[in-house]
Amino acid sequence: MLSYLLRRLAFLVITLVLASIVLFVLLRLLPGDPANALLSVGATKEQIQAAREHVGENLPLVVQFFRWFGQLARLDLGTSYISGLAVGPEIASRLVVTVPLTLMAFVLAVLIAVPVGFIAAHRADRWYGILLSAVSQLGIAVPVFWIGVLLVSFFALTLKVLPAGGFPQDDWSDPGAALQSLALPVLTVALVMAASITRYVRSAVLDVLGSDYLRSSRALGAGFAEAMWRHGLRNASVPVISILGIELATTFLGAVVVESVFALPGLGSMLLTSIAQHDYPDIQGILFVSTFAVLIVGFLADLAQRLVDPRLRATVSGNRRGAAGAVEAVRP
Amino acid sequence: MKKKLGLAVGVALTAALALAGCSGASESGGKPSAATINIGSVYEPQNLDNTAGGGQGVTEALNGNVYEGLFRLTDEGKVENLLASKYTKSSDGLTYTFTLRPGVTFHSGAKLTSADVKDSIEKVTADDSQSARKSSLAPIESIDTPDASTVVVHLSSRSISLPYNLSYVWIIDHAAKNLKTTEDGTGPYELDTWKHGSSLSLTRYSKYWGTAAKNAGVVFHYYSDATALNNALLTNAVDVVTSEQSPDALSQFTGNSSYRVTDGKSTTKLLLAFNDKVAPFDKVEVRKAVTSAIDNKKLLKSIWGDYGTLIGSMVPPTDPWYENLTKVNPYDVSLAKKELAQAGYAKGFTFTLDTPNYDPHPAAAQIIKSDLAKVGITVKINIITPDTWYSKVYQAHDFQATMQEHVNDRDVVFYGNPDFYWGYDNPKVTGWVNDAEKAQTTTEQTDLLKKVNTQIAEDAASDWLYLYPQIVVASSKLSGYPVNGLNSQFYAYDIVKK
Repeated sequence: MLSYLLRRLAFLVITLVLASIVLFVLLRLLPGDPANALLSVGATKEQIQAAREHVGENLPLVVQFFRWFGQLARLDLGTSYISGLAVGPEIASRLVVTVPLTLMAFVLAVLIAVPVGFIAAHRADRWYGILLSAVSQLGIAVPVFWIGVLLVSFFALTLKVLPAGGFPQDDWSDPGAALQSLALPVLTVALVMAASITRYVRSAVLDVLGSDYLRSSRALGAGFAEAMWRHGLRNASVPVISILGIELATTFLGAVVVESVFALPGLGSMLLTSIAQHDYPDIQGILFVSTFAVLIVGFLADLAQRLVDPRLRATVSGNRRGAAGAVEAVRP
Repeated sequence: MKKKLGLAVGVALTAALALAGCSGASESGGKPSAATINIGSVYEPQNLDNTAGGGQGVTEALNGNVYEGLFRLTDEGKVENLLASKYTKSSDGLTYTFTLRPGVTFHSGAKLTSADVKDSIEKVTADDSQSARKSSLAPIESIDTPDASTVVVHLSSRSISLPYNLSYVWIIDHAAKNLKTTEDGTGPYELDTWKHGSSLSLTRYSKYWGTAAKNAGVVFHYYSDATALNNALLTNAVDVVTSEQSPDALSQFTGNSSYRVTDGKSTTKLLLAFNDKVAPFDKVEVRKAVTSAIDNKKLLKSIWGDYGTLIGSMVPPTDPWYENLTKVNPYDVSLAKKELAQAGYAKGFTFTLDTPNYDPHPAAAQIIKSDLAKVGITVKINIITPDTWYSKVYQAHDFQATMQEHVNDRDVVFYGNPDFYWGYDNPKVTGWVNDAEKAQTTTEQTDLLKKVNTQIAEDAASDWLYLYPQIVVASSKLSGYPVNGLNSQFYAYDIVKK
């Protein structure tokens, strides 16, 4: 297990270095001039040139890269061309919104999706099983902003019990106010995420329900609940965990729409503004931190799968005893 | 069973948060002077420095509120003394002597001196300045500071607009640093916090030299989505929206006694700008034909409903040299066809319209396309980003026709610059624009700029599609807010909440 962790750590560092190179180069390949965001109609040729120099566009690309990479090695993400704010603290202030939003939505989505997906599979032939399956399908098809607009219109504009958007100026110093602001965005993301996860849970459970080992377990005298508890759930959770990791990472990166509908100062809205302005230090910083977060989520999902399914542990560590144990553990 | 559990958790979370919402104390109430005013806007400052690309958001939030100039442009468009208590002009008009108001301090506590004024003006005229006002201050040759309260500005040529142009120059403590993220002005408010991407709050400056702000402070809340901004107003999260951008949403406020909608005077013009240097728009008849073929009234109505104005040229009614020129190139399809035939394009032609990708340009482009099809002109709509617009159209002049909003007042003078992006080159106009700036009196200046305005309309230098409305929507408990917001400024110090 230790060698596995070390290998994953090395993989993480190498991926981050490669990602930093790729995203630096790709950004420069995109058409557009970061100096434009500093200029207005009426600017003279001299002002345009001065703006270019200000953003360092006159320097060779290699110099620009090593300057950024040097900063990165000192854990400094640089300073925004446009706002003049340090990128690191700026990202941290946005994560204070995006991370709780994503995690709360994720937990809520799992709490909804796991039982719903299970029932939809276990009672696939009953009317409510079919209904749950259809509703989850519908949930995937409905755009996230539409759900947001509906929730705002009901809870904020009609019932007036929750704010329609925004986030407290002093962040979490009043947790009640912060939670109020996040209530509707969390619900919006959770509903969309739950619909998607429900489909995966349903198919994973259907897979298990039709498996030989479950049938054998039942034949050997175990009740349905016992067979599911001992063998079914563990096997069903392996593919679901991997999907959960992907869902979490996708939501983290895709919070743009929700942040716009609810006027939240999160990482997504920062990325959107920075891209429009070609604010390279900001974009590089956000993508770097996002890449790191996605890799960590992937790593945790991988680790969780290994904890649930010892066979996976064995394939990486080469522990034959572990492998034998794993077979023993999952077989009826 | 598990389904019930899942739903119950969701409902419980929502209910708990809702209850938390009910228990939160409301900010409303209390004495007016103790109230904080919440202002909603779509124009977030990109940074806090108006000489470093801060954008129009920084003018809205900080101009007149945090920073002050030697002069102030009132909401009605008049220029008044502000930090200059008086000034004199030499008989040749080349030397201005400004006397500074006594007892003015910066928010840091430093006293205002002539050195600060010199430094602030030179910051705008510096080589690396990104100020949009740099070229209008080009006649400034040198600045002397004979004593702490006197500033002498020497000009290379007369500049009748100098006091007006100085109303945009913020007077900043010369010792101040990091002006992109902090401030040191003399205004009635000082910066409290700037939460990039979300809000900017100002608090009343206790040692302000003039009449203190009537509220304890203001918070500008920023929204990228117009619907979210309107929802904030509907839920009392903000008290006023500085500039309504969603006319479709107005009905929810106009029919509600809790809100007041004002239709103020804007300075923002929507232009169909031709590249006057390239075919076929190098011919006056073609430009006139296109202008006459587009029904601006219908266009305005379809985008802004009953709001907005047709002006027929570049000058808004708040400029002293305004004249209604809508009859110069009237909407007349048969006239347009005749002019096209005179220009040698009886069968029409095809051109590309570079259209910015944000509202209202794509919708306006479709209407223009449909109108021009009636006279045989085919429009190819090319949707571009603001960034591409700046590189392709503004810098490289690589376009046939484009659409753009020009937001400032007194910007008719751009037609006097033959190198400007639209390439309009009429030596008479260039001469009048230059002479107007060197005029002895405002009457002379006004007469010359009226001639400019009429001439560019007769030459159909561009098609001035319409003047934007300036719609402010506020809670009916609010009073004292500016309704015109010329050039995006929004003085907040007189706002009172009942």
